[in-house]
Amino acid sequence: MIDTAERAHSSSFLREVIRETPGGERIIHCLQCGSCGGSCPNGPDMQYTPRTLFAMINSNKRTEVLSSNTMWCCVSCYLCTTRCPQSIPITDIMYCLKRLAIREGLAKDSDAPALAKTFTGLLDRYGRSFELGLASRFYLFNKPLALLRMGPLGLSMFTRGRMSLVPKKIKGIEQLQAIIKKARQVGGAS
Amino acid sequence: MKYAYYPGCSLEVNSAAYDISVRAVAQLLSIELQEIDDWNCCGATEYFSQDELTACAVIARNLALVDDKVEQLIAPCAACFLNLKKTDKLMSDSAEMNGRVNTCLAAGGLSYRPGRVLVRHLLDVIHGDIGEAAVRDKVVRPLTGLRVAPYYGCQWVRPMSDVDNPEYPMKMDDLFTWLGAEVVDYPVKAHCCGGHMTQISEPQAFELIRRLLQSAVDARADMILCMCPMCQLNLDAYQGRVNGHFGAEFKLPIIFFTQLLGIAFGIAPEQLGFGKEIVAALPVIKAWLGRAAAAVA
Repeated sequence: MIDTAERAHSSSFLREVIRETPGGERIIHCLQCGSCGGSCPNGPDMQYTPRTLFAMINSNKRTEVLSSNTMWCCVSCYLCTTRCPQSIPITDIMYCLKRLAIREGLAKDSDAPALAKTFTGLLDRYGRSFELGLASRFYLFNKPLALLRMGPLGLSMFTRGRMSLVPKKIKGIEQLQAIIKKARQVGGAS
Repeated sequence: MKYAYYPGCSLEVNSAAYDISVRAVAQLLSIELQEIDDWNCCGATEYFSQDELTACAVIARNLALVDDKVEQLIAPCAACFLNLKKTDKLMSDSAEMNGRVNTCLAAGGLSYRPGRVLVRHLLDVIHGDIGEAAVRDKVVRPLTGLRVAPYYGCQWVRPMSDVDNPEYPMKMDDLFTWLGAEVVDYPVKAHCCGGHMTQISEPQAFELIRRLLQSAVDARADMILCMCPMCQLNLDAYQGRVNGHFGAEFKLPIIFFTQLLGIAFGIAPEQLGFGKEIVAALPVIKAWLGRAAAAVA
C-alpha cells in the first residue's frame, strides 16, 4: 500500500489542491466509493465525477482536471460533502478547482465563470447585487440570443415589483472597496 | 429577543415578499429584528468560485457591522445564511484565515472576532426558541385541509448540519403540523433547485425543477413552501419555461413559508407580499378559505 504522505509527495497538483482548500488534506483518504458522483444532481453531465477527478489529481493530471467541466456542473448543494464517508470537503475542493481553472485560463465549456465575474464585478462597484445589470450584461456578452427568451420573464418580474431598474449603492462603498483591494493584495489574486 | 437582521440582496427586490412576511411574522412573535446598517452583498456562490479571501472579507464586513450588544443574527436567505456561517467557521478554525480576513477588514477600519455572532435562520429560531406552545397560541386561522409540500433546498441543511437533518429535515414539517396543515411527505425536500444553473445551462436546471414540481404534484400538494429566495425564484419564475420545455402543465403556487405562517396568524394577505409570485397563490388560498368556511357552516 502506498503511504499517503508518499502519494502527496509524488503529485505536486495534489499538494496544491490540499494547500488551497480549507480541510483539503482529507482528499488523500478518498476510498473511490463513488458516493459523490452518485449523489450529485448534475453528476450525469460531468466529464469526470468527483471520484474520478480525485484519482486524476492523485496522478498529477493538472491540465486535464482544470480544463474539465466537472467543477462548473457543481452548484454547491453540498450533498456529496454530507454523504462522503471520509469527510472530504468535496464542494470546497470544487471551489478550489474553479479558482485554479480561472487563474490558469483553463475554464471553458461553461458560462459559469462569466456569470461569476459579472456578479462580483457589480458587487465590487455597488456593494449590492443588481439583477437587471447582471442579467443584461451576462446575456449580452455571453448568450445574446437567450436575452430574447428571457425578455417576457424579465417583464413579468418587473410588473410584480421583483426587478429594479437602478442599482443600489451602499453608503460605505469606499470602505468595502478598500477591504476588497486589501484582500487582493494579501491573497495575491488578480 | 433582539437579533441582527441580514436581509440580503434577493429580499430587497426579487423576493420582497419574503422580507415583508418575515418582518410581519417576526413582529407578531416578538422577535425584534435590527437590520445591519449598510450591509453588503454576501457574494452568493460567485465570489468563492474566484477568490476565497475576498469572498470571506466581503462577508466578514457584515459580521463586523453587527451591533456590539447583539449576539445573534437572522439571515432568511439560505445562501446568505451559509456564507455568513461558513466565513465565521473558516475564521474560527484557522488562525491564519482569521488573521488574513482581519487584515482586510482593518483596511476599512473594522474588525471581527470569530464566534462573536451566532448566525441563525428564522425557521430555526421559530422552531427552537419560540417553540410549539407559543406558535400554537398565536394561530387564529388553523390551516386545516391545506396540503403543503415543505421545501428546504440545500444550503440551509448542508453542510452546517447542526440545524436539522441534512437529507430529510423536519423543522418546517413540524411547524406547519402545529399550524394544522396537512404536511405531505415530500421526498425531494432537500434536493437541489439548480441554483444559478437556470442562467448557465437551462436543460440541467429545468430537469431538477421538474422533479421538484412533479414530486409535489404526486403528493397532491396545494403549494410548495420555500425558505430560500433562489429556490422560490427557480420554481416559480421558471415554471412556465419548464412547462414549455417538457410540454408539462404545472400550475403550482410557490410561496415563502413565512407568508403562509402569517395567514395562520391571521395577518391579511396584502401585508404578506402575496401577488408578487408569478404563479398566483391567492386563488388557491382563497379557495381553501372558502372550503374551510363551508366546513364550519
